[in-house]
Amino acid sequence: MAKELWKGNEAVAEAAIRAGCRFFFGYPITPQNEIPEYFSRHLPEHGGCFLQAESEIAAINMTYGAAGSGVRVMTSSSSPGISLKQEGITYIAGAELPVVIVNMMRGGPGLGNIAPSQSDYFQATRGGGNGDYRTVVLAPSTIQEAADLTQEAFDIADVYRIPVLVLADGLIGQMMEAIEWRSPKPRSLPPKDWATDGSRGKRGHNVVNSLYIETEDCTALNRKLQQKHELITKNEIRYEEFMTRDAEVLFVSYGTTARVAHAAVLKLRKDGVKAGLFRPITLWPFPEAALRACAQQTNVKAVVTAEMSMGQMLDDVKIAVNGAKPVRFVGTGGGTIPTPAELMDEAQKAIEEVWNHGRRIPALQRAN
Amino acid sequence: MAVVYRRSKGLTDAQTHYCPGCTHGVAHKLVAEAMEELDIIGTTVGIAPVGCSVFAYDYFACDMQEAAHGRAPAVATGIKRAHPDLAVFTYQGDGDLAAIGTAEIVHAAMRGEKITTIFINNAIYGMTGGQMAPTTLVGQTATTAPLGRQQEHYGSPIRMAELLSTLDGCVYAERVTLTDVPNILKAKKAIKKAFELQLSGAGFTFVEILSTCPTNWGLTPLDAIGWLKEHMIPYFPLGVYADRMEERRHDA
Repeated sequence: MAKELWKGNEAVAEAAIRAGCRFFFGYPITPQNEIPEYFSRHLPEHGGCFLQAESEIAAINMTYGAAGSGVRVMTSSSSPGISLKQEGITYIAGAELPVVIVNMMRGGPGLGNIAPSQSDYFQATRGGGNGDYRTVVLAPSTIQEAADLTQEAFDIADVYRIPVLVLADGLIGQMMEAIEWRSPKPRSLPPKDWATDGSRGKRGHNVVNSLYIETEDCTALNRKLQQKHELITKNEIRYEEFMTRDAEVLFVSYGTTARVAHAAVLKLRKDGVKAGLFRPITLWPFPEAALRACAQQTNVKAVVTAEMSMGQMLDDVKIAVNGAKPVRFVGTGGGTIPTPAELMDEAQKAIEEVWNHGRRIPALQRAN
Repeated sequence: MAVVYRRSKGLTDAQTHYCPGCTHGVAHKLVAEAMEELDIIGTTVGIAPVGCSVFAYDYFACDMQEAAHGRAPAVATGIKRAHPDLAVFTYQGDGDLAAIGTAEIVHAAMRGEKITTIFINNAIYGMTGGQMAPTTLVGQTATTAPLGRQQEHYGSPIRMAELLSTLDGCVYAERVTLTDVPNILKAKKAIKKAFELQLSGAGFTFVEILSTCPTNWGLTPLDAIGWLKEHMIPYFPLGVYADRMEERRHDA
């Protein structure tokens, strides 16, 4: 199929429509406005409904209601708006509803700015709402991947009855790239026999709820969720390795920063430094075992975590590497995208620290 | 033997947790009877709030969703937009609807969302143990207003039926009470009319029910009814505040 040029935000919205999503509830916030705008133009053509809510809080609760009544539904926002949605997300997790949420991250904290950022990693992977719950977190690094993962997010949500977060940033949202439309591998989806779509005298009344007032019932729910999380961890982990087989310096990066790390790896290789990249695609479940195995290769001397935050995924990388190799960090906060040179510089420091014989990277020597 | 009274099919067999003398039970019964008489139990989804009626999902026989505090109108919107053929109602207390959920109810009414809201106004937070509500009367004591609600500190209580009636999307808003049989019959009529207007696609419909909370008011059930008549009705007058379909018929 021919490639088409798509803007990230519009590709995400179109991907959702292709996945059968017919309902969208949202509230304007930059840099994700093209998502609701696209839905407002195109959902009516498909017999669906776009509704601009009075707040992010209302939008996520409309999403809860629609998901509870059995339809494919989505909401999207950017960082401060996603903070407002946390109440709804924990209710969705507690009521075990399939929902897709997109976060085109921007700089924070507070109102921050509208530039690309990855500083909502903790919120996404640890859960910004109350209680023991998880959301599946998918982190695309290209527009192609944003389109693919958004489509698949609906299947994952339906299979496990869990909120799925597509975690990208303003760069992925605003950039245009050539993509190819393709469908995810078909999955067998369970019937939504729990949905509140009218009993019509054919069954008892269905209840969508996250209240379990008896402690043994709430404990049982937590155990059930835990089992579900373990199953997802077993089945859904995704990552990509680039030039890791002989890598001495191993970058770990996701999303936009992985693109920068990819460039840094190629430049370092040109300069004779064996660099590689481990790119988590699912941030939860985090590819812990795979990263550990990759970092434990004898050729790997140091790990460099690079992200557009002041060190959030770093925690997961340290847990995975578990002290086997030194873990360094290079990151930027507040909406700045790091350059390949900054990553190369950190790789050089890692090499100097580990080998301690002042081996220089030729490109940087020339620059000096 | 002739059956003169039976439990509505709109209710489950569950025993409610409501306190003796609380009017939630009567309000539930009226909603259930309206659904049964309109033959919509199988095509209705109700939204339970956070508050005393949080367990309403166990009591109504139709499909139910439990919403986060104040968000019932948003949850109802999601369901109704996905399933326009279903009847959707929210059942909310005064803290849920008139404090934490004010934005959601005002905007659902503004959009003319084709849902029905049953608003239980008992001038107090019941479930959490008697704290001040936005509808607590000036001078009325509450656990967070031990000297009584002070107007200079908290302002005057909010009148939701009047407020929502100013919005064009709110096609029907009536305030009723459950203090005696004639008023219970009026309340039933209002609830049924609200559902009928929703089913006809007219717009947002709202029935405010002045209710008692003997437990947190510290009164016997009978004295609570007396207190409601004496103090609540003068500030929250009963009556129809919006009936836009009637006005349209009249204009035509």
